[in-house]
Amino acid sequence: MSDFPFLSVLTVAPLVGALVVAVLPRRRPELAKQVALGWSLLVLALSVVMWVTWQTGGDRFQFRESYPWIPNWGVNFTFAADGIALVMLMLIALLVPLVILASWHDAESSKRSVPVYFALLLVLECTMIGVFAAADVFLFYVFFEVMLVPMYFLIGSYGGHQRQYAAVKFFLYSLVGGLFMLAAVIGLWVVGGKTFDWVALSQVDISTGAERWLFLGFFIAFAIKAPFFPFHTWLPDAGGAAPAGAAALLVGVLDKVGTFGLLRYCLPLFPDAARWFAPWALALGVIGIIYAALLAIGQNDLKRLVSYTSIAHFGFIGVGIFAFTSQAATGAVLYMVNHGLATGLLFLVVGMLVARRGSALISDFGGAGKLVPLLAGVLFFAGLASLALPGTAPFISEFLVLIGTFSVNKPVAVIATLGIILAAAYVLWMVQRTTQGTLNPALTEVEGMKRDLNLREKVVVAPLVALIVLLGFYPKPVTDVINPAVQATMQDIGKTDPAPSAGTPQEASR
Amino acid sequence: MMEILAKAPVEPVGAVTYGTAEGLLGSVWLLVAIPLVSAAILLLLGRRADRWGHWLGVASVGVAFLLGLTYFFQLRGVENRSVELSLWDFIAVGDLRVDFGLLFDPLAAVFVLLITGVGFLIHLYAVEYMAHDPGRRRFFAYFNLFVAAMLLLVLGNNYVMLFFGWEGVGLASYLLISFWYVRPAAATAGKKAFLMNRVGDAGLLIGIFIMFATLGTTQYDEVFSGVGSLTATTVLLLGLLLLLGAAGKSGQFPLQAWLPDAMEGPTPVSALIHAATMVTAGVYLIARSNPIFSANSTLQLVVVSVGALTLLLGAIIGMAKDDIKRVLAWSTVSQIGYMFLGVGLGGAAYALAIVHLLAHGFFKANMFLGAGSVMHGMKDQVDIRRFGGLAKYMKITWLTFMAGWLAIIGLPPFSGFFSKEPIIVAAFERDDWTAWLFGMAALLGAGLTAFYMTRLFVLTFHGPARWTEEIDHPHESPKLMTIPLILLAVGSIGAGALMVGPVPEWLEATAGLGGGSEAAHETVLSHLAITILSIGVTVIGAGLAWFLFRRGTATEPQPAGVLVTAARKNLYTDAVNETVFEKPGIFLTRALVYLDNRGIDGLVNALAAGVGGGSGRLRRLQTGFVRSYATSILAGALLVVAAFLAVEAGWLV
Repeated sequence: MSDFPFLSVLTVAPLVGALVVAVLPRRRPELAKQVALGWSLLVLALSVVMWVTWQTGGDRFQFRESYPWIPNWGVNFTFAADGIALVMLMLIALLVPLVILASWHDAESSKRSVPVYFALLLVLECTMIGVFAAADVFLFYVFFEVMLVPMYFLIGSYGGHQRQYAAVKFFLYSLVGGLFMLAAVIGLWVVGGKTFDWVALSQVDISTGAERWLFLGFFIAFAIKAPFFPFHTWLPDAGGAAPAGAAALLVGVLDKVGTFGLLRYCLPLFPDAARWFAPWALALGVIGIIYAALLAIGQNDLKRLVSYTSIAHFGFIGVGIFAFTSQAATGAVLYMVNHGLATGLLFLVVGMLVARRGSALISDFGGAGKLVPLLAGVLFFAGLASLALPGTAPFISEFLVLIGTFSVNKPVAVIATLGIILAAAYVLWMVQRTTQGTLNPALTEVEGMKRDLNLREKVVVAPLVALIVLLGFYPKPVTDVINPAVQATMQDIGKTDPAPSAGTPQEASR
Repeated sequence: MMEILAKAPVEPVGAVTYGTAEGLLGSVWLLVAIPLVSAAILLLLGRRADRWGHWLGVASVGVAFLLGLTYFFQLRGVENRSVELSLWDFIAVGDLRVDFGLLFDPLAAVFVLLITGVGFLIHLYAVEYMAHDPGRRRFFAYFNLFVAAMLLLVLGNNYVMLFFGWEGVGLASYLLISFWYVRPAAATAGKKAFLMNRVGDAGLLIGIFIMFATLGTTQYDEVFSGVGSLTATTVLLLGLLLLLGAAGKSGQFPLQAWLPDAMEGPTPVSALIHAATMVTAGVYLIARSNPIFSANSTLQLVVVSVGALTLLLGAIIGMAKDDIKRVLAWSTVSQIGYMFLGVGLGGAAYALAIVHLLAHGFFKANMFLGAGSVMHGMKDQVDIRRFGGLAKYMKITWLTFMAGWLAIIGLPPFSGFFSKEPIIVAAFERDDWTAWLFGMAALLGAGLTAFYMTRLFVLTFHGPARWTEEIDHPHESPKLMTIPLILLAVGSIGAGALMVGPVPEWLEATAGLGGGSEAAHETVLSHLAITILSIGVTVIGAGLAWFLFRRGTATEPQPAGVLVTAARKNLYTDAVNETVFEKPGIFLTRALVYLDNRGIDGLVNALAAGVGGGSGRLRRLQTGFVRSYATSILAGALLVVAAFLAVEAGWLV
């Protein structure tokens, strides 16, 4: 079974599905939805088979396949997955069917074609799988850029208020970042012996100056994508305007390409530069944690608020990546998964609220728990996951990032820990203003607010809630897959965990 | 008595080892699992469980109590009286190994009995108290969730497990304070409690990080065995951070403001969570971490100071409040101050603090439930100026409350005398002049306690009736409420005398708490003098209150002097929080929102507009999308070529 070309099939399958859905007649929207859902479930099933086939403790990269593409430049269709890519692929395969189910009626309010909406979601799945599965730097770059196109149309054609502005801003901002990366990709090809193969490139010795410039080219692209402070301002616009399902994928998965890129490309390919730039990256991360959390507190738009909370979470991931300890790095990867589950859930639930109310403004709610108790309860649960309460999966990742960072950089870890207070503030205040307190009389007149979660919506939230709790108590299945990949990355950059310094003066001052 | 008051030397404990849980004790995880499963059933079944849900809730805690008793007796036969049970690897990355594991030792055992025993009685009471509330099933789900989390907190065998339970009880506390979430005051109070607790939690977390960075572990046995190898500064820092966490959870200065507001929750919640159990988690944390706290005398001094300051602060504010539950809440703040004083004094006083904690669990739960019973009969009135003369209308409530009142003011032979007075004696035993400082503070606190509790008791049950018009005939509560009251009253009367001997002896097997065998330390006053003094101030305080309030009081706010006004306004602690944290915080977030939109994003848009050739273009870009794409590609290509040239020419290398 391990010879099966999982990664190429997983990449191509959603694309085929998208074509099928796109050619379905526009007046048969229900059929298009059913086909899209069925197709994404098939992809999920195949991914589960891949997960089971994965050999924990086996090679760092598994499922490798390679086909020639542009031989003259040494470009190949090379796919391979390490543990980090594997967990992200599983996250994508899980989230897409849930998003399709959650978006069942989202496209109907738009004048555009309903089948095309679902086709675009499948195209997006194809590009997202491709970008995590690629093991050829050029192939990665191509997926990195192409990924923008379906998301551009999802936001620009099916989004809410200010969707055109948000879509163009998202596209241009990412494109600019992509150009920096393109320059660096070509530069890497030049200094790396005219190959794009990741394994070959990771063996190359690069001079200090070139390494730093190449690192920076990749880093800027990834920092915009993630996004890190101060490159973050496109995300609240895009997250606020995108349909809730697309926003869940945007923040839950697509942005993780940035942090994944740092781990897969910036650190192993440019280890010296990564160590040299690490203090700056840590500073951006820790500023992002505090700054974005404060901004989240001040938002009056639910979707923008969730976007800002994500920027704060990306700060944690950034800190975890650049602390260079196995706990922090494992925490960062686990954070990528858990944040996908938690913020994905949060975005989807917020979408359900917004769809009912016809507004995303917090001031248009108030006391909604009286009308839709179950929905309010799930919103609260998603909020708890977002503030990393023990018992929910994000606690483990945040704890690992902080404890791993503390052992090497105390000020950064202490400031980042203060972020947990702000996280409680933005979550609880949001919950209070939307679902608690006196019932806003305007809500009782809105027809949608009279319906609590229906069966379809329950099916959407139940798996996410269950996974968040399960991984909150027993994260081992995921950490076992991540650990070897993180250990390998630590070796790439030549860092080891510090030994406990039992307080003897010489050691403590190290 | 004098033997166990001996002060342990300031030195680290030796190696700490725990046995493995075998046989019956191997199922100790059931204590946490049973209430947790019950909570999950109540939440997941929804309205389908409305009819019988509360009985499931009561039964799960009852079963947990019986199990707790069984384990308690099992433990007596075990060598070392401490067993560990490792369930699974919770977090295992690199050198970090966090066990999902439990520790059942004498300290955990007494907490288990308190939580499930008093918890069971309060659950039973709540069946009737919440009978007319449409959300009763949800209430019992949260109540069970609390019990499960609290049991995990005291049963964990490492600091991460403790934190797990710690946050769990915080969640349950939030849910129950804002149980009536349509009331804005309840929603705000819940949020305030959670936020102030998170400040302490951040401290506790950083403390855990220090343990890992210096000792490479968070397991209790390894941390306690390793304390000796830490520098004094590290121990001090570690202890202060744990103390911050403890202060947040236990409503101690400077994080006390949330606890009185927490009275917005239903009264059984105030009794169980905000009086008997959760708020004593800070005391548990310090007692559990005694090898850390005993290893640094500066640290102990800080704990003692926090305790002494808070016990006075709570008592002074408690004298000026008119809301029956708020008086009891400030009283809780004050009484936990005594417990902090005890654990701060160290040595044998650790056990005294735990005895007081257990006694307080009984009499304060008793009085809170009594207050609930009064409110039940008085149409939810909480203003003690609007009570009066209730003794003859609710005899059982009156008598049981009287037991609680006598217990807390500490007249012999009621339990407070046996649990609080030894702490006062211990405070007088310090080596230097601070013996006078802390001893007198504890003594003064006893007088103030007698005053405010007598005022509460007299105004509620005696003197002329000052009821509002709609009340014609106050009634006694049903049996389901009075039976728990009677049982708790029996506990209030007898618990102190029964526990003061055996409990410290029982606790000796707990790691670090066995240091009571040294010779007694000299007190600056003789023991007898202190006993006479403490009974004296109690009688004076109580007598004064009786004299002032025996004929009732005005039903409207009266003009008052500086001190009383300050006490009514919580000694301005809320005002300080508001001006120092809340208002600047709100201003900061608003300023940042403006800055982000105009500053950073303004820069981004200006840059884009500049590239696009003039402002206002960005919005129209979608019409000329292909053109701008082409521009971008051109710019990119130029960049690439430039980069190529630069690399080839070796400028950058």
